[in-house]
Amino acid sequence: MSDPILSLKNVHTHIEQHHILQGVSFDINPGGATILLGRNGAGKSTTLKTVMGLLPASNGSILFKGRGINKKKPYEIARMGMGFVPEDKAILATLTVEENFRLSMLNENEKSHENLEEVLDLFPALKKFWKTQAGLLSGGQKQMLAIARVLVCDHSLLLIDEPSKGLAPIVVEQLGESLIKIKDKTKVILVEQNFNLARQVGLDCFILDDGHVVYQGLMEELAKDKALMKNYLGI
Amino acid sequence: MNTSSTLALKNETKTVNFKKYLLRGCIAGLFLLPLVWMDLQTYLTLMVAGLSLGMLIFLIASGLTLIFGLMDVLNLAHAAFFAFGAYAGYSILNLLNPLGWVETGSFLQSIISLGLALLVAALVGGILGFITEKLVIKKVYGDHLMQILVTVGVSFVIVEILKIIWGVNDEVVPMPMGFSGSSIVFGVFIEHFRVVAIVIGLMVYAGLQLILKKTKIGIIVRAGVENQEIVQATGYNISLIFTLIFAAGAALAAVGGTMMGIFNQAVDPYMGDQFLIFALIVVIIGGMGSVTGSFVGAIIVGLAFNYFAYLAPKLALGVNFMIMAIILLIRPKGLFGKD
Repeated sequence: MSDPILSLKNVHTHIEQHHILQGVSFDINPGGATILLGRNGAGKSTTLKTVMGLLPASNGSILFKGRGINKKKPYEIARMGMGFVPEDKAILATLTVEENFRLSMLNENEKSHENLEEVLDLFPALKKFWKTQAGLLSGGQKQMLAIARVLVCDHSLLLIDEPSKGLAPIVVEQLGESLIKIKDKTKVILVEQNFNLARQVGLDCFILDDGHVVYQGLMEELAKDKALMKNYLGI
Repeated sequence: MNTSSTLALKNETKTVNFKKYLLRGCIAGLFLLPLVWMDLQTYLTLMVAGLSLGMLIFLIASGLTLIFGLMDVLNLAHAAFFAFGAYAGYSILNLLNPLGWVETGSFLQSIISLGLALLVAALVGGILGFITEKLVIKKVYGDHLMQILVTVGVSFVIVEILKIIWGVNDEVVPMPMGFSGSSIVFGVFIEHFRVVAIVIGLMVYAGLQLILKKTKIGIIVRAGVENQEIVQATGYNISLIFTLIFAAGAALAAVGGTMMGIFNQAVDPYMGDQFLIFALIVVIIGGMGSVTGSFVGAIIVGLAFNYFAYLAPKLALGVNFMIMAIILLIRPKGLFGKD
């Protein structure tokens, strides 16, 4: 068994007076996609933001590739090889599609341009809107751009927060296909409310409830456990 | 994006653009109106004077565009950066003058002495801005009331430091020989330093546009202003970027101060106050965060002030408030503000 790429031990996070994460612990192994599931307000997005350094952990330890990142700034964590796609189609709306990609290339070199070519093969629709202001794209295209722009860097871990939120079923289907291709190259931690999409992409999962991890296991096993699904996901 | 929504979006964009261009066309047309009351030579003389005043205002407004327009920091210490820059530039010219480089220098020596004065002013303004952002502004991002209170305080402190270094009295600024005097071209009276002000204003405008639109740092700045979280998570130190933008804004104010000091051939500790009002009007007319908006706004303010000063002197100061009110009634986000 290889060392975990990400390891959380007893992580607590407060947002103002609210105690959101109340001792989250898990290990994420390299390869494939791991899904974070849970109802609204369970602490899924807070977990991703805490890992990325955007919210400070008030207690506990977070190791990324064996190195502590609790005290690191988000830009330092990103430079260590962690990519983050926040929820709600996180793009830079006033920049063009091209500028969104250029921003993502921390070092514009031959390798990053090769990556860009590969990413555009994965999301060919974005090529047509190369010089278009990103804010003018449709919801699905914005989400594709939000994910695609993170892929131009060679990250070892991608945190993706609810990419299917607010998208039409046909777009979600396309998104699923893209995510499957992405997880074959880079480790993905995906927060997703759409269980079908999550099952299609992820092999294993964690369920968060009230700021605690209440289940960890394979997606297929979870899908068979109707009581657990009803209890924690309301499905 | 489906075809019908794309078409609807395009039509909506066309209507908005038509209104925007109509308003800009009307404003341009209005500036031909003074020709009814004056001959062409007077009109052109006032135009050169108005453009140069506009460019001097643009120099201070461009810094404010970065700090207030882009970063959304209500910086009332901008006038103090302007004054401090004016004194820094004055000191350099005063230092070079006894060497025969300024009031009695050649054209080349005039260019070098002006260049040095502007460079030192920009450096001093930049350092002042850097320190102010690190010590004070960093703690009040997103809180306009606190920004007003602390930047007024910073302004008092800077002006008092300025008085300790240079004294409380007005100082006479030597004009570089190469830019003093005037010429009459086709009956149009042109002061040489006004041409220099126009050239430097154009250079600053072109430089800012180039940096913001064409370079990676420009993309990072625009992205950072729009969404700090994404930019941080992409791998950029947003805190450092904001400090540098603030310092650049202060440096531009200081350059504007030096130019205004030479233009008026005098500096005083409170010289920034009257121009801060002009600069705020310009940033609001042009649209928050738009460098082109500030550039056009500064030209409108400069020209309107000069034409009214000739035709109806009592209205000259008030006319810019009137222009600002009219533009805001028609386009609340300013001429070049994003809809």
